[in-house]
Amino acid sequence: MKSTKRIRRLYERHTTEFLLTGVLLLVGIALTLYSPHFLTAKNLKNILEAISFRLILALGMNIVITSGAIDLSAGSMVSLSGIMAAMSVKAGAPVPLALGIGILSGALMGLINGYAITRTKISPFIITLAFMSVYRGLSLIFTKGIPITIFPAAFLFWGRSDVFRINPPLILGIVTFVVLLPLVYHTKWGQYMMALGGNEEALRRQGIPTSRYRISAHMVLGVLAAVTGIIVTARLNSAEANAGLNMEIDAITAVIMGGTPLTGGNANVYGTFIAVLLLGVIRNGLTILSVSSFYQQFLIGVLLLFSVIMAKKRKAFSINTNL
Amino acid sequence: MTVCYNNSMSIQPILQLQNIHKRFGAVTALDGMNLHVVPGEILAIVGDNGCGKSTLMKVGCGVIQPDQGHIVCNGKPLQGLQPKEALKAGISAVYQDLALDPMRDCAGNIFLGKEITSFTFFIDHKSMRRKTEQLLHELSIHIPDITQPAGSLSGGQRQSLAIARAMHEKTPIMFFDEPTSAMGVRESAKILDLLRHLREEGIAVIIISHNLFQVFDVADRVTVMAAGKKVADVLCSESTPEEVNQFILRGRAK
Repeated sequence: MKSTKRIRRLYERHTTEFLLTGVLLLVGIALTLYSPHFLTAKNLKNILEAISFRLILALGMNIVITSGAIDLSAGSMVSLSGIMAAMSVKAGAPVPLALGIGILSGALMGLINGYAITRTKISPFIITLAFMSVYRGLSLIFTKGIPITIFPAAFLFWGRSDVFRINPPLILGIVTFVVLLPLVYHTKWGQYMMALGGNEEALRRQGIPTSRYRISAHMVLGVLAAVTGIIVTARLNSAEANAGLNMEIDAITAVIMGGTPLTGGNANVYGTFIAVLLLGVIRNGLTILSVSSFYQQFLIGVLLLFSVIMAKKRKAFSINTNL
Repeated sequence: MTVCYNNSMSIQPILQLQNIHKRFGAVTALDGMNLHVVPGEILAIVGDNGCGKSTLMKVGCGVIQPDQGHIVCNGKPLQGLQPKEALKAGISAVYQDLALDPMRDCAGNIFLGKEITSFTFFIDHKSMRRKTEQLLHELSIHIPDITQPAGSLSGGQRQSLAIARAMHEKTPIMFFDEPTSAMGVRESAKILDLLRHLREEGIAVIIISHNLFQVFDVADRVTVMAAGKKVADVLCSESTPEEVNQFILRGRAK
């Protein structure tokens, strides 16, 4: 009796995770039955390759949304940090240094976003909307609109799968997930990320330097956007100003579908992981079934609606957030 | 007009707010307000809505920085007081808005900003929960499920939770801004008992309240505020609710 109650409560608290995992399994089974090409090593590799960099960006976005903010400049940061790394390589820097410069530029952009938000106290939506344009503009200015191409093998390594039978993007994605999971749920930093979204003023009154924590959230996203930018650049063997276009929207979609509230206060890292995987499988499945890509957007929208409505319906508690 | 009683004949005040001014745009919230409190005393601040009681308290906790004036704690002046330094100096508060995170559970709220960690890095959720249960039991505060987020609790329960957090901190100077406004009669009486216990322990308790009967039930001294100023400061033993009421009304008419 008690155990069924427990399971029920577990379900009520983790509705989104259960539902998404269920849908993922259903879609997986259906695709396996419909197409002999779905459950093959090659295709699974394709899926993982296509989602690993999306996963990294979505996990970063998850932190920022948890803290009650949003970052629309994430896609532009992907592009600009990839270009910074690419330009360093072209300027003759050794690959590790170039990667470091790329990551550092991502951290710097995150710092700028976070500092601007905490200093001006203007809505993160507006601030990052502006920086979305600023960073994209810088990408265009630096490259003059011409892609930077042809990189040394040591650089391309970070985007390729099956180099020495390992897959750096996938490993980076999984490492990010595995590191963030305990960081969010079991450290002060993670707790304060959620508290920033829940009630920033309460946290401040407890003597916590909230601005520094808020800036750190944007810096984490900046670093992860830079990792994404390097992967994307290496994957395409090309750094361009158009890279990462609309990627912030994909990341936000995955985070929200994964059950993290847009107003923040709570994080759902596992949900984000499953949502990215589900979106990847759906994109891949529709391609395999040779369904027109026009239906992809449509279906993703329907799925997002479905998941947020179900999560709202099954919430164990109605939480009054206007305390 | 101003009735003042000098309470610091033998004991040094633990906290003094001197000549505090604070403006919000065109509104003057505090206009040269003075306040002092000695250890082991319950001081009540009363006054009409908008007279600056809560602002004064927030100045004392470092949440709001005054435009002018001094805050002296234990004889030491505190310049540019921030919440962190106020806590360090031993000043804590139960705010009127309770300052709870609606998405955190009870333990997360009670330990907000001072989480228990193991290996200095990882949060020990289990012992935080255990200690929360213990604390709520000690204070005889009844919350059926402490893993519920604070936002799903009733108003009275939330207020109890905020008070429990203050009791857990237990600093030498404690502010309470309308701590019983959402509570029933019996719960309120329990909270007043808690305040008396704090007094016995030598803690300086400052309570903001609209309920004069409650004030005269528990406080030693009453400071009456009007328009950001002190208009009266009387001992409860030498005054009556009616007299204090007069001070409030007269202060307002001015």
